[in-house]
Amino acid sequence: MVIVTGKGGVGKTTVSVALGMRAAAEGKRTIVCEVAAQENASRMFEHTTVGFHEVELEENLWAISIDPDESMREYVLLQLKVRAMRDMLFRSRIFNYLAAATPGLKELVTIGKIWELAQLDRKVKSGRKYDLVIVDAPATGHGVGFLQTPRTFANIARVGPIHSQAQTLDNFITDHDNTGVAIVALPEEMPVNESAALEHDLVEEVGVAVDRVYLNGLYPERFSKDEAESLSALAAGEDGAPKAAARAALSEFGRARSQRAQLARLRRRAQAPVKTLPFLFEPDLGPEAARRLSKRLT
Amino acid sequence: MSPKSPRLSDALEGKEVVICAGSGGVGKTTTSAAIATGLAARGMKVCVLTIDPAKRLADSLGLAELGNDARRVEPKLFEQQGIEMKGELWAMMLDPKATFDELIARQAPDEESRDRVLENPIYQQISGALAGSQEYMAMEKLFELHTEGGYDVLVLDTPPSRNALDFLEAPGRLTQFIEGKSLKVFMKPTGFAAKVAGRGATVALSVMKRILGFDLIADLAEFFNAFSGMVDGFQARAKRVNKLLASPTTCFLVVCGPQGEPIDEAVYFHRKLVEAKLPFGGVNVNKVHYPAEKLRGEAEDLPAVLAEKLGDEDLARRVAANFSDYQALAERDARNIEHLAREMRATGVIRVPYLDEDVHDLAGLAQINRYLFATGEERVAMAAGRA
Repeated sequence: MVIVTGKGGVGKTTVSVALGMRAAAEGKRTIVCEVAAQENASRMFEHTTVGFHEVELEENLWAISIDPDESMREYVLLQLKVRAMRDMLFRSRIFNYLAAATPGLKELVTIGKIWELAQLDRKVKSGRKYDLVIVDAPATGHGVGFLQTPRTFANIARVGPIHSQAQTLDNFITDHDNTGVAIVALPEEMPVNESAALEHDLVEEVGVAVDRVYLNGLYPERFSKDEAESLSALAAGEDGAPKAAARAALSEFGRARSQRAQLARLRRRAQAPVKTLPFLFEPDLGPEAARRLSKRLT
Repeated sequence: MSPKSPRLSDALEGKEVVICAGSGGVGKTTTSAAIATGLAARGMKVCVLTIDPAKRLADSLGLAELGNDARRVEPKLFEQQGIEMKGELWAMMLDPKATFDELIARQAPDEESRDRVLENPIYQQISGALAGSQEYMAMEKLFELHTEGGYDVLVLDTPPSRNALDFLEAPGRLTQFIEGKSLKVFMKPTGFAAKVAGRGATVALSVMKRILGFDLIADLAEFFNAFSGMVDGFQARAKRVNKLLASPTTCFLVVCGPQGEPIDEAVYFHRKLVEAKLPFGGVNVNKVHYPAEKLRGEAEDLPAVLAEKLGDEDLARRVAANFSDYQALAERDARNIEHLAREMRATGVIRVPYLDEDVHDLAGLAQINRYLFATGEERVAMAAGRA
């Protein structure tokens, strides 16, 4: 299993889908799981709506959007085995109250569903077996809290079924042989700082293995320093397209250069290997963009 | 507010609480800090609150660290950036656990009830660690500061939630969570209410015991029991928090980026604000690529013109290709923002350009601040100086 995390807006979904495509191309049966019902992956594949069921996107690649309420219904049914009993429980006011009011329960059942997907012996009848489960996890801040949920519950319920199940989930997340975390970062000052801090928290507090840091959206180096100098005269000149074009080129040069400095900072601060992914000059990032990124992944 | 040139200062006129909301990674923290700076520069005493565990606000205000108590930002720092600070800017970073503890201490009828909650293992786990408690506490601190009345304006940078709505639902969930009455009743099988509730409830409870284990249910009941003396206080408080959020002196600013996904989320969030009858103050789009509008058509023979001027055909080709990439991004941004304005029926969308320099310090903040408080025309003029 690979958990993809990072600050909001860094392209976690794109990287998750790209990783999924990569693994699928290598022949691994892969599923990309979205949490928090954002449907970002279905946005990547415009005409497909991914819901709380396993949808095939292309050969060897599936996606699911994990809805906590649906996960809860499924979990309770697996526990009770009898649908009528489950429905009776879900109609009960006290159960609904408890389910809604207990903080972290949504996160717990979400992780439980991810665990279930990763099992070779699926609990859900007719569930497919996957070689790889990729989790498009919540943003930084919540990301650490999200992954800590099972341990928190294991501590709250000192004994009993919830304790042992939460313990199983925690062991699953912190299993360095089978579960790895990929952090997605952007080449800017604060995202680099946050990624380094996130890596520290994930390793030290949650105890997961961080395998990779992906620096996403790195501008290409299109112009050399000498070229930038010869363009600066034009950029200061009279108005019109040449001036605007020269300004755009200088802006690209400046961003590419400051991003290289951020890349160097990230490499110094991160413990895990840092891989870069290019900025794509495309108005909307669809499946083709993810596919191109997937070819750049290592 | 003139439709053509929205001014942020008009939207913020008379506001006591400004809440910057939006999905993660769109520059909420920077926007919050820049707004607070602008209001403080205009003579108000402003406090900007963040709950961000990643210390972004401290970074951008040039403070080494922030704590659960407000700290004043040195006015001298702004003078160096050409901003005259007529008022005061204060900043704080919320510590959700400390805020929760304070709240319990305030609401507890006596010391014994307070300690019972603070020492409860379930409380200790949820108050710090679990997702969701951050949102509860952001609202709580905002309310507390507003009630104390030490500031003219409070600017809240909402937690870095993937779903901006979590935040709106926080006060309701707080009440729900504290209000463990029904559970306690069911825990006493001989209770009158249990008899009234009938057999269905008893069966539900026995099924729950099977799933959760009896110990956990007993622990939860003890936890809710420990809160029992505080339920009324919490309910009253949550009502007042909701009232503050809906007050005409509060305003929600939706912050987003120009790409399709953040725009869609901003539209959705705006709809939820309207449904919840909360005061929408405007929308701010960060990192916008401004187009070079007048240049369309002229750009066709650009490679040739550039080659002549630069004396380097290869470079000219690359400069022209890069320009067309930039223009494509600018056109996408313009399209997305138009869609946003239409969906929100917003009189004006504040567009802050994608600056060449990474915004992470006071100089960057000062620049963003100038854009935010300018008129639409002034922003276009300022952005024209850039690519």
